[in-house]
Amino acid sequence: MLLVPLLLGITLFAFFLLKALPGDPVLGLVGERASPEIIESIRREMGTDKGFIGQYIGYLKLLLQGDLGRSYYTNRDVLADIVMKFPNTMILAFAAMAIAVPLGIAMGFLSALSAGKGGRVVERLVDTLSISGLSIPVFWSAIIIMMIFSLKLKLFPPSGTGEIRFLVLPALVLSIPAVATLARVTKTTVVEILRMPYITTARAKGLPGIRVNVYHVLRNAVIPIVTIIGLDFGSYLNGAVVTETIFGWDGIGRFTMEGIIKRDYPVIMGCIITGTLIFVVVNMVTDIVYQYLDPRVRLHVKER
Amino acid sequence: MSKRGRMALAVIVVLFVLSLLSPILPLRDPYRIDLDAIRRPPSLEHPFGTDNKGRDVFARVIHGGKISIGVAVVAAFVSAFIGFTVGLVSGYYGGVLDSVAMTVVDFFLSFPSLLLAIAISVVLPPGIYTVMIAIAAVGWTSFARLIRGHVLTIKDMPFVEAARAVGCSDLRILLLHIAPLCMPLALVMTGIKLGGFILTEATLSFLGLGAQPPTPTWGYMVSANRAYILSAPWMVLYPGLAISITAFCFNMLGEALRERHEFKTEGSLLNK
Repeated sequence: MLLVPLLLGITLFAFFLLKALPGDPVLGLVGERASPEIIESIRREMGTDKGFIGQYIGYLKLLLQGDLGRSYYTNRDVLADIVMKFPNTMILAFAAMAIAVPLGIAMGFLSALSAGKGGRVVERLVDTLSISGLSIPVFWSAIIIMMIFSLKLKLFPPSGTGEIRFLVLPALVLSIPAVATLARVTKTTVVEILRMPYITTARAKGLPGIRVNVYHVLRNAVIPIVTIIGLDFGSYLNGAVVTETIFGWDGIGRFTMEGIIKRDYPVIMGCIITGTLIFVVVNMVTDIVYQYLDPRVRLHVKER
Repeated sequence: MSKRGRMALAVIVVLFVLSLLSPILPLRDPYRIDLDAIRRPPSLEHPFGTDNKGRDVFARVIHGGKISIGVAVVAAFVSAFIGFTVGLVSGYYGGVLDSVAMTVVDFFLSFPSLLLAIAISVVLPPGIYTVMIAIAAVGWTSFARLIRGHVLTIKDMPFVEAARAVGCSDLRILLLHIAPLCMPLALVMTGIKLGGFILTEATLSFLGLGAQPPTPTWGYMVSANRAYILSAPWMVLYPGLAISITAFCFNMLGEALRERHEFKTEGSLLNK
């Protein structure tokens, strides 16, 4: 299991970062003119006399107690803020997924099916669309979509958090790269499946096309598709940093961005640790779902 | 290569040469501030309009290409070099070295890539070298994984055995017998990765972690002017289009390289 070393690694990294910053926190606290004895006693009290490893262990203890430190600017508890904003980011990610999954799979399927039947135009169109989806930077599409739908057409408010009307545009923006990725993976998978002998068999015994497509093609395509939905979750987190900022959606992405702009290190590190944690957990869940979807994996596990 | 791939390559070359030649092209000075001509719409004089400080957007977009494309290409080659070396050594020697290297790769692959790049850019002073380091630090892993797999399949082939039998050293076998066979694969991977690297560079610049103003970069131009999207959309539109077109061409090129490779080797290179 990679979870533990991964989290240790990211915390070590976070700790390096906090240590690499210039300035001595104790001197900052007591001022330059304090006597050496006082400085020494505060050092002991804060634990900064313990050397690197000792301090890192202290930091880990604090982390395990759920203490991510306080923001330099608002002096609020970072963990409390993250807990408050976490549901918003999840809502946004799932809304984007709700758009991306059906659309991406439909596009990929369409492209793969039309490829074999001389429908080169459809195939080309879907391919070009999906490559475009992967090429347009999220921050730019967010601005353009906001300009069209909320400033020109005034269909949706440009920014805010909570209600559905605030959710539509950021979810749309966030779903663009995901649709593209899904469409590509679905297409490659389906094209490969269509070449399999069991598809020829299914056709040869006279099954109607739709039955072949649903029960023989789609069912077998589900596994790689689910994998990519899980693996691609990181891109939602990547995209959320920019999307949430532009649409004023009060989630972890925007929190990260504010931290970066203000160089608020406890906030940045808290967000990076949280982001990694979400990502790892989603990957684990994907692995578990995978076992339920693929009988071969299940059998393999039982045999051992 | 397919016709689409060749076209994409041509567009990239033209864009990059234009941006490299930008200092000697008859363009306006991208740094010259002209407060009498702020936020002018596109005209013959200023094809892409002027920005908030009266600077010519067209000149800034062309100059910006130097950094945006340059950073992505350098980062791609650095990633490829590191990943190639790690993959080669770890695949050839195997054992503890291999498990350690692959654990590190897994470690990097389990981060959301942008968050890691952001973390690196926050620690190091902002600038183009930091962006290159941030991109390469994330990017080398996929090369290492791919090359290692390929080395594993060829290291037991008869010609390697023959080379060893005539007394070639490990280094000689690695560099002269195995590495050349991995080169095409690394090249294809570079093509596939470049489009993403362009976007990462743009995003880091957008977040203010890239090259610092007044140096023009596409990402920063979008970020700095986004408040004027209604009154002066050209300031945001053209740099964004430049990013999208460049990334599109690189992705197209990567796709063409991949198809060509799969056609030649009858094997699927990357399913995910």
